[in-house]
Amino acid sequence: MDTKLNLKTLIVKKPLKLDCGKTINNFPIAYETYGTLNEEKDNAILVFHALTGDQFVTGLNPITNKDGWWFYAVGPDKAIDTNKYFVICSNVIGGCLGSFGPSYKDPDTQKVFGTNFPIITINDMVNAQNNLLDHFGIEKLFSIVGGSMGGMQVLQFISNFPDKAKTVIPIACTSSHSAQNIAFNELGRQAIAADSNWNEGDYNSKNTIPNKGLAVARMAAHITYLSKKGLQEKFGRKLQEREDLKFGFDADFQIESYLRYQGSVFVDRFDANSYLYITRAMDYFDLAKQFNGNLSDAFKETKAKFFIISFTSDWLYPTQENKDIVIALNAIGADVGFVEIESDKGHDSFLLDVPDFLSALKNFLDKSYTDN
Amino acid sequence: MKNEFKVIADLIEKDKKVLDVGCADGTLMKFLKDNKNINIRGLEISKDKVQKCIVKGLTVIEGNAEKDLMQFPDKSFDYVVLSQTLQAFLNPELVINELLRVGKKAIVTIPNFGYWKIRLHLLTKGTMPITKTLPDEWYNTPNLHMCSIKDFVHFVKSRNFKIFKSLALNNENVSLINNSNLGIKNLFADLGIFLIEK
Repeated sequence: MDTKLNLKTLIVKKPLKLDCGKTINNFPIAYETYGTLNEEKDNAILVFHALTGDQFVTGLNPITNKDGWWFYAVGPDKAIDTNKYFVICSNVIGGCLGSFGPSYKDPDTQKVFGTNFPIITINDMVNAQNNLLDHFGIEKLFSIVGGSMGGMQVLQFISNFPDKAKTVIPIACTSSHSAQNIAFNELGRQAIAADSNWNEGDYNSKNTIPNKGLAVARMAAHITYLSKKGLQEKFGRKLQEREDLKFGFDADFQIESYLRYQGSVFVDRFDANSYLYITRAMDYFDLAKQFNGNLSDAFKETKAKFFIISFTSDWLYPTQENKDIVIALNAIGADVGFVEIESDKGHDSFLLDVPDFLSALKNFLDKSYTDN
Repeated sequence: MKNEFKVIADLIEKDKKVLDVGCADGTLMKFLKDNKNINIRGLEISKDKVQKCIVKGLTVIEGNAEKDLMQFPDKSFDYVVLSQTLQAFLNPELVINELLRVGKKAIVTIPNFGYWKIRLHLLTKGTMPITKTLPDEWYNTPNLHMCSIKDFVHFVKSRNFKIFKSLALNNENVSLINNSNLGIKNLFADLGIFLIEK
């Protein structure tokens, strides 16, 4: 991976005690911003990315030369309107796009951390990102927004910093990783570990990459982001550039070819060890457990306005898990709205052009902003 | 805004916390928020209508009153409003109990099946009545449990709930219902509005 790119980076000097017990300091957080912070500093939105996302929310991603991951939702006149709002997004710690992660060089040994990197959690991620608020002199964010793992960070952030956001938008997420979620993540991790190039995480020194294992991990995960109906409609049993079955193990079906392609492009932009660390952080996420099993207690200190969004065909973080958050908030009389968006696009719906979702997001944000 | 909503709004004092169950496009919610500084929440089953509420900047939860009222703590609202929806539930009694658990008071409005036009329609035509408040055919109506003002009053009394105010609405005319005029109101009102408490 090309790390010589000119990434905006904040070096955090303040020590951060991680959940695993280790303390880190002088660590980098790579971030990107869009739009302009107004004089009152009340128009900032902190966007949290999902498992394989990065700080390049919209515009051109300089690594992939493709649109940023939330191109549909963020930009001028879009749902998160960068003409109005100042959008900040940073690469999570544990990530591989300039923030402190397993592909970072240990300053003590001058060697890439690999699996010597400390285990990090969603809590550690948001505590690290909180430093960006001080950096920009923002006392209170107008909003915090994120889907999937980004939504988990949203929940953890408002729990840790109840006064630091006016509105809170967790999308297609959960307050606690289910056995099924952990199972899929474990499948991905085992695929990486089964690649001999992984070398117990020390592949940088050998100049190899466990790209086969990482590609399989991505392929498996990718299936969980789509719905059965969506897959069937897009691919069905269509054959890949051939008239008939070839009676072999080549990619006869378009879906096979599609998944192989998704796997192959992923390894060019993502670090295998980061994949292990971030999926682990997701698996460890259990917000209720942090409050002795009472999820409501996670939010009892905040006056923020919540808006929770789920998707009908999302079976990875299904509506009921999103509703459990709504229920916990209603139990303490919090200001919470909820809508389930009709979509065939599965968990990935939040990343795609789903007009009902984008208009709900836009209307909620714009109305909340003018009602100030 | 329809007269029914004006009457409901008049029953609610300023600065209260109110839940509008089946809040539709949020017309009543918006009025209460803007004119009476009400801390207002809505519960609505239709995705389209939830979106319309979001456009108005209202806090709405997509959900079904029969299942989703459960999540609200006891007496967490000063008032819970249910406008012309009671008859559409599978179990109206359960919903009434939930309204009175969640709200300190409940405001329930019902289309009156005892209204003279309805009686006349059934008597003369012998087919299911269709009126301004009940515009659907028997085969596509969402209404499962129609009742008259008299039925509702009897029900509330039989459950020992307190009726603070009963109002009869006939087009623009609002009048009080009491024990002595119940029969008349049951004939001439097309809508009943009740403020009740457990």
